[in-house]
Parts: sequence; structure tokens; C-alpha cells
Amino acid sequence: MPENKSYIEDTIVASASAAGVGGVNIIRISGPKVEEIINNILREMPHPRLATHTKFFNKKNEPLDMGIAIYFPCPFSFTGESVLELHAHGGMFIGKAIIDEIIALGARQAEAGEFTKRAFLNGKLDLLQAEAVADLVSSGSKKSAQAAMRSLSGVFSNLIEALSKQLIKLRLHVEAAIDFPEEEIDFLTDDVLLTEIQACESSFKSVIRGAKIGQILNDGIQVAIIGLPNAGKSSLLNLLSGQDTAIVTDVAGTTRDIIKTSINIDGLCAEFFDTAGFRDNPKTIEAEGIRRTNELLKVVDLAIWVHDYSEKNEINKQFIPANLKHILALNKIDLLSQMPDKMKYNNSVYFSAHTGEGLDDLFKAIKKCVAYETVGDGAFTARTRHIEALKSAFDHFKVGQKALHEKKAGEIFAEEIKLSHKALGEITGQLSDDELLGKIFSKFCIGK
Amino acid sequence: MATEKKFDVIVIGGGHAGTEAATAAARAGANTLLITHKLSTLGQMSCNPAIGGIGKGHLTKEVDALGGIMARAIDVAGIQFRTLNASKGPAVRATRAQADRQLYKKAIQGFLFAQENLTIYEDSVEELIIKNGCLQGVKTTKGENFFAKSVVLTTGTFLGGRILFGDSSQEGGRAGDAPSNRLAKNIRSLAFRVSRLKTGTPPRLRKDSLNYDEMLVQPGDEPRPVFSYLGKRADHPQQMDCHITKTTTNTHDIIRAALHESPMYSGTIKSVGPRYCPSIEDKIIRFADKESHQIFVEPEGHNSNEVYPNGISTSLPENTQADFVRSIIGFEEAIITQPGYAIEYDYVDPRDLKLTLETKKISGLYFAGQINGTTGYEEAAAQGLIAGINAQRKAHDLEQWYPLRQNSYMGVLIDDLTTSGVSEPYRMFTSRAEYRLLLREDNADLRLTPVGRKLNLIDEQRWQIFNKKREMIQAEQVRLDSLYIHKAEISEKDKQILGPEYKKETSAANLLKRPNISHEIVTSLSVVGPPAWEKEESNIEQIEQAQLQIETQAKYAGYIQRQEREIQKQAKHEALILPKDIDYAAIQGLSNEAQQRLKDALPESLGQASRLEGITPATISLLLLHLKKRYTKKIA
Repeated sequence: MPENKSYIEDTIVASASAAGVGGVNIIRISGPKVEEIINNILREMPHPRLATHTKFFNKKNEPLDMGIAIYFPCPFSFTGESVLELHAHGGMFIGKAIIDEIIALGARQAEAGEFTKRAFLNGKLDLLQAEAVADLVSSGSKKSAQAAMRSLSGVFSNLIEALSKQLIKLRLHVEAAIDFPEEEIDFLTDDVLLTEIQACESSFKSVIRGAKIGQILNDGIQVAIIGLPNAGKSSLLNLLSGQDTAIVTDVAGTTRDIIKTSINIDGLCAEFFDTAGFRDNPKTIEAEGIRRTNELLKVVDLAIWVHDYSEKNEINKQFIPANLKHILALNKIDLLSQMPDKMKYNNSVYFSAHTGEGLDDLFKAIKKCVAYETVGDGAFTARTRHIEALKSAFDHFKVGQKALHEKKAGEIFAEEIKLSHKALGEITGQLSDDELLGKIFSKFCIGK
Repeated sequence: MATEKKFDVIVIGGGHAGTEAATAAARAGANTLLITHKLSTLGQMSCNPAIGGIGKGHLTKEVDALGGIMARAIDVAGIQFRTLNASKGPAVRATRAQADRQLYKKAIQGFLFAQENLTIYEDSVEELIIKNGCLQGVKTTKGENFFAKSVVLTTGTFLGGRILFGDSSQEGGRAGDAPSNRLAKNIRSLAFRVSRLKTGTPPRLRKDSLNYDEMLVQPGDEPRPVFSYLGKRADHPQQMDCHITKTTTNTHDIIRAALHESPMYSGTIKSVGPRYCPSIEDKIIRFADKESHQIFVEPEGHNSNEVYPNGISTSLPENTQADFVRSIIGFEEAIITQPGYAIEYDYVDPRDLKLTLETKKISGLYFAGQINGTTGYEEAAAQGLIAGINAQRKAHDLEQWYPLRQNSYMGVLIDDLTTSGVSEPYRMFTSRAEYRLLLREDNADLRLTPVGRKLNLIDEQRWQIFNKKREMIQAEQVRLDSLYIHKAEISEKDKQILGPEYKKETSAANLLKRPNISHEIVTSLSVVGPPAWEKEESNIEQIEQAQLQIETQAKYAGYIQRQEREIQKQAKHEALILPKDIDYAAIQGLSNEAQQRLKDALPESLGQASRLEGITPATISLLLLHLKKRYTKKIA
């Protein structure tokens, strides 16, 4: 009889707080690597079960944040394993950085309900709670897949269904060609199949695009406010934080000169970052600020380039990365003697950080830019888990496509399409091998 | 006056399951009795004259890797050898051979009569002798009582067999042979879940009545594959061609008009037939838009004037069969030597079996082959071998053994059967195996022969040959891994072989990962040179096996690692045995549905439980917790 402990041997991490809301983000880590992670992140072992105020470091020895750490040594914890809780500042930016750091140290992202599952398996939960827990831990089962599907209502769910059907169709061809080579179903030379592969690829792309919009609903977006010095960036941020009563946090970063605020725009959670102004020949301190701004631009969903429209100088957008969506905010219209008639630039709004005029237009532009307004009433929420499943499915699909294309490796194509379909099955429910065979027999006339 | 005789193991039935079961048990040291109703039909191929094919070739090689006889028999009886899926990569390649029926039977009988510890007796078994849920022995028609600690039952289609074509319906286990009705009645009385399945055969035709000019010739493949790991091409008899022809629209019209005469369509047959082996009636109805269906014209042997037209299995009346056969290209003058027919027979729900193929209800009783709802010689042979080895181990009080999904197609077969049961005759396909890139024909011996040695199934000679091959592979892999091909050392000739693609310096082993780069090509480079082994006429097949192995392991390296990781994850669940006395009703939190399903299925391991229909990960977690508590308590 093997020791059951060997069942749980990896370390998991997840944010225990809802994304994008709340001033504090609790990150929970459980498993045998907790002590090692403490050595790296905190540098010092905190006293067990005592809240300790400490910095959280990355591997370059730079502090990422400062907050509370609580260490629960095994087995006196919620899960029965060693657990570390980090109470970091709210917002996704810091949270994600800390979790990435912990994953780099050997942990993995926890699955839905996994902490509870471990608690349960280690006898930390009453058996009477088992029924309730059962639902939590059944991720991957048909039931939970159905639940996941329900949460993906409307267009998105239809897209996923359609994609799943396309994949099944591909698998039918491929598996039939492998298992029935004497039936003259040769998929490698079949143009129809190549067309189907392409159709599948574009479906993948559009579903993933859709899913990302869904994720925005769930997790919110991050917006960088950038521009030349004195364009009115800080005024805009102040306006945003003063304007909206739904402000949830307003924190000066502990080590960076990026100031941020989160507001809720008609249900869209948006986090704004103020930045140091760009200039051509910065001094040393400014140069550091600009370096940080450039780092920030790598992770945000959107940038607002604030431009002082009262001065007639050229709009210089060379600082914006080419692939980053951005809005041109033409500021200080209150100083103009007359309002400009129409938009001179794409994706631009006129506004005044001073009077607040044009702020609604800015919000509209933001929603449009992340396609939020197209979501409508039948909105779906794609969870990170769904997107991960989709991405993993697409990755396998691409590897398979390449193997078929470059090496004519039909069996590897089959394997990758199977893995792709399996990954998608996390959302749609799995198809058993026997069900697949049944579909093959009803589609192809097979048998001697 | 009946005589009484005692054996370790009794095997009932001399088909593909029975012969493997009997030789495996005897090979491992059990004093074994094989009872067959007819000595002359031992090793008979009742259906098509071929061994192997996709999935089935894999099974045949696995049986061979455990010392079985099927592969060695076909190597001396095969008249046309092919490698299916040759273009689709080694994992899904499969060997298939047409057999000379007479030579095949002769080879099997040769193995049987030469087998030590094996007694063969011609008689029919009418009843199993059972006491307190334990098997004691068998009673025969001639009035003999034989006793043994374990019995393997391989009845094929003989249990309550009924042969049907047109409006004719007669009892029979196979054309020309009587069924086993008393035994069927006896089995039905033992509280197993017994139901009916159906299968069919095509009419047989006289070879000299066919016109081959209009047919497509299908020769064997070159290089000609061999089946057994011990096999030699030199063992193969003279080779023959197969032919391909097809049905015409006229054929379809004749069949459509005569449908009401088919017992399948008139409602006489209610049992389920295999979807992948439909009758010609089925094909024409279900795929009405297909204008023609191909037929493989398979020779039955050198000294046979009969051919097997594979693809037109039917249960239409004899005269209709003649009509439609003569509408087929090249069959215009065909003479039917034996009409096609459908056969219905009893099978036992394989969920009544353990993974060892022992019945859950009667200790010492094992089932193998079609009685478990499978079809195919290879599926039967694989089960026969597993049942035989476990019967021997039971008789000798040794621990039982069964293969797992992750190490063999045999494991997939047995797990599918005992976990999910069957709804039609079960046939192996590669798509049933989740670890298809690992479970290849080329490595069945590497996967299984070491286990077989521990189970006493591998004799010294095979073991030596196996070890030599394994060492050849390892030594060559080490050599190629450590051999770096530096650009400076490449000769002009090597440059031509490597092509302009060779930019980054790499090891000889890595070169093998490229498409179209074989071991032969790599070792033809002057910087690499030939392997350490001597290529001789006597070991040419072993060298080919070693080369293929080296190439395949290199090409699939990433996938092999990934699947092995997957398996390790799974292995924990497979190793957790669910105790017999587990009381599912007493496990708190289990839903009523889950309780019922577990009670019905009585899974043996947590892994098997997880594959049951309707069992969720939540249920598995509850079982895990239960096991954990149970064992913690026991230790304390």
C-alpha cells in the first residue's frame, strides 16, 4: 500500500482575493516548497502563525511590495501542508508580479478548489462538508464543464461549441485514417482536410479573442497615462480618482514613481497608472522614471497619450510601442477660444483635466478600445482557467499543424489534436475514445 | 465408470484463446489439460485467413513478447506480409499477414504437441464442478471428471451458437460444428450476466471460378516484415498476392431487393453486431450514396482452392448470395463453396471479471476470448495468455498479474472490457490507447519481455536473444549520443548526405530526429561510421529491430517523456487497490449514484474506479480519503 502522502507533492499558489477589487490581495501558497519560497521572497523566516510586516523580494533582490506575511508550518494550516499567506497591496499588477515570482520558484497555479481539496484529503475538513467540497473539487468532470459552459453564455459559448465540433471533425478524419488504412481515407493528401485545419485555426483565433474580452470583464484592464512632461497626466489621474466614488485604492508604489488608481467604468474595472513624462534628453533621475514607464507599457492593455492641445506643437507618439492600443487625449480644451469642430485624429478625444469636460468621451473611447461595449447584456465571463484551456488547446493545435506540414507526421498530428481536444474538454466536457469511434463508424463506411 | 484425473490448470477450448492459455500455463510450469471437442480443429482460423492489422498487430507482438505462439505460427504460415500505415510513423505502423490456413493450424498444433506439461484431450465439457463458490473441475460428455485448481473457459462462438442465413436457422458453433448447449445452460445458471452478440462471415468462393484479370493486384510489402521477435524472413513460405475488386450498382440493387429475406432486417436477429465489420446489407443501407464497396480477395493457402472475399459478409439466402456475388467484377462465374452466414452466441458481461480475467463470483474460473464479448484472433490470444498465466499462478499460490493501460494494448483491452463492458463485439483500435506513441509494435518486447521472464513465460533462449538486442540498442545509443559532428570534420561526401540544412553542430543522435534521416544514413557518414555490431545473415532481423528502435526513440523523444510523466501521475491511482471488503454505503459523502455504480462494478483499483462511467473526481477524492483513514488506522 503506497503512502497516500505521495499524492500531493507539488506546491500551489493562487490569489485568494477577487481580481481587481479590494485594497488587499491575499496570495496563498501551499505545499512542500513553502519554506524555500519564504527564503527567496521574504529572506527571513517569519514567526509561525504571527502576522509579520515585511518586504516581498524578487530574485533580483528588488522589493516588489511591502505587506503582511503569515507562515503556517505543516500540518497546522488550512490545507494541512505548510502554507504561506502574503497580504499584498490590491490590484493585479503587484499581485501578478508576486505570483509569477513564486511560480518561477517552482510552484504552479492552483486549480479551482485545489486548496480545499488538499484540506479535505489531509483530513482538515469534516466529512459532513464532503458533499459541498465535492462540487468544488470536481473540476474537469462533465458536471463542472457544464457549469463552466453555463457561465459562458451567448456568442462565446456558441463559438466554443463550434470550435469543439471542428476539432472533432478533424479527429474523425485523422483517427479513421490511422485505424483504417485499408479504407482509403488518406488525410495527408486530402485538400478538404487542409481547408478544415485552416478553418479550425481561424476559429481558435476568434474564440481566443472573444475570451480575452470576457476576461477583461472578470479581471479588469490596466491603462497607462503617458505623454510629454506637463501635458496634464497627473491632473487626469487626480481627476479620475476624485471623480469617481468607486475608488478602491490609491497607493504610491513603494519603490516606483508610478502612481495608480482604480475606478469602475460601467462595470469595467480599470486601473490607471500615472507615469513620468517622456523627453528626449532626460536627466539621470528622469531616465530611471522613463525606464519604468517603458516596463509598464509592456504589461498594460491600453495607453492614453495625453497631449497639451492648447499649445500647437506636434503630437509625438514615437514613445508608444507599436502593438499597444492607445487613445489620444487632447487636453486643456478649456484654454481654447473655440471648440474644434471635428476629430482630427483617429482614436482621439478632446477633454479638459481641469474642468472634467470630455471625460465621458474618454470613458467611451476606453470601452471601445477594449471592445467592452460590444459585450452587451448577455455578457459572459471567461475565467483565467478558460483562457488557459483555450491557449493550451491552441498551442497543441499549432504544434500538430507544424508536424503535419513539415514532417508529414500524421501520428504526431493526431496526438496533438487529441491533446488539443482534451484541453478544450476542460470547458466543453471530454469525449471518450469509444464515442469518437462511434462517430467514425457513422461517418465512414468501414469494415471488410 | 468415470476416471478421475487431477491437473493444475484445465483449459476448455482449442481456439486462439485456448491454445495461448494452455501453452502459457504449461510454459510457466503448470500441469495443464487442454480439452477440445475436436483435435483436428485445434488452431483453426474460423473467420478470415489473416493475423494482425492496426491494433491487432500490436497485440500479436505483445503476446509474442510474453512467449506466446501466435506470432511464431504466422511467421511460418504467412503467405503475404504487409506493414500498414508505413507512411504514418512507427507508432501507428502495424504488421498484417495473410495466412495459409493449413500451415497455420499445423504450426499451432506443432507448438501444442511439443509443449511440456501439456495434455490434450478430445471431448466436450458439459458442466463445471463448483463447490462453495470455488471451482473444482469439469464434467465431460464422455463422462470423465477432471479436477484442477483453476479452469480457463474459452468457448468462442460455441456457447448457445445459432447459425442464420435467409430463413434457415440452425444450431452450430461454426459451420460444420455443433454448439455447446449444455455448457451454455450451465453457465447461464451460474448468475453471470449473459447476453447475445452476433457476427458474420462472407461466402467462400472457388478460386478457379474467378477471373483475376479485372482485379487489382495487391502484393506484399518489401522489405517484408516479420511478426515474432525471434522470426526470420527465411521461415516464410512462398508468398502469394491478394486482389482487390468491387461491388457494382447491380450488386446493390440485388441486395436492396432481397433485404426482406435477410434475418438481420426481418427482425429474426436482435443481437448486436460489430459496427466496424458490417454486413454488405448494412453497408448498402447505411451508406446508400456510395456506389461501390471494395472487396479484398484473400487466398486461403497454397493447397486450397478456396478464397475468402473479405468485405461481403452476409446472411441473405444462399441463392441471393450467388446472385449478388456474380454481379461483382471478376466474380461473374463464381462458385460458392460455403455460403456466408450470421452467427449469434452467448457472451458473459466482462464486468463480471477481475483484471486478471478470473470471474468475480467463482474463484479459480477464468474466461478468455469471445465469451468476454470480444472479436478477433489477436484479442482472443491476448486474453488467453493473461488468463492462462493467472490460472497457473492461482494453482501454484502465486500473486496474480495483469497488464496496465500504460504498458500495453493488452492492458487497454482488459481494462476496457472489465471497466466498461461491451455493447458490440470489442475490437482493438489504436485510438483506444491513450499512450499510443509509447505502445508501439517495435517495442513490445522491451515493454513486456522482462515481466514475462519474471512470470516464467520466457525461456532461456528467448531471454538471451532479447538481452543481446537490448544491449545492441543501448550501446549504439550511447555511441551516437556522445558523437558530435563538427563542421570541420565533415567530408565532401558527408556534406552531400547532410545537405545544406546542416548549420548547427549537433550529435549523431540528434540527427536522427530529422525527418527522412534513418540510422542507415547516419552511420553512412564517415564521421560517424558503422555500429559495433556485425551485420550477418543470421542476425539481420535483430539488427533491423535495433535500428528501428534507435530511430523511433530519437524521433519521439519529447512525446515519450511527456507520456511517461502522465503515466507516473496515473500510476499512483493504479497502485491503490480497493479492498474487497470495502463498504461503499458506509463512506460518508458518496452520492447514492456513485455508491450504486461502485457496488455494481466493484473496481479493483482507484485507477479503474476513476474510469467508470459516472464516477467524478469528487468521488475519487472521497475514496482516497477513506483509504487513507483506513490504512492509518491499521498501522496505528
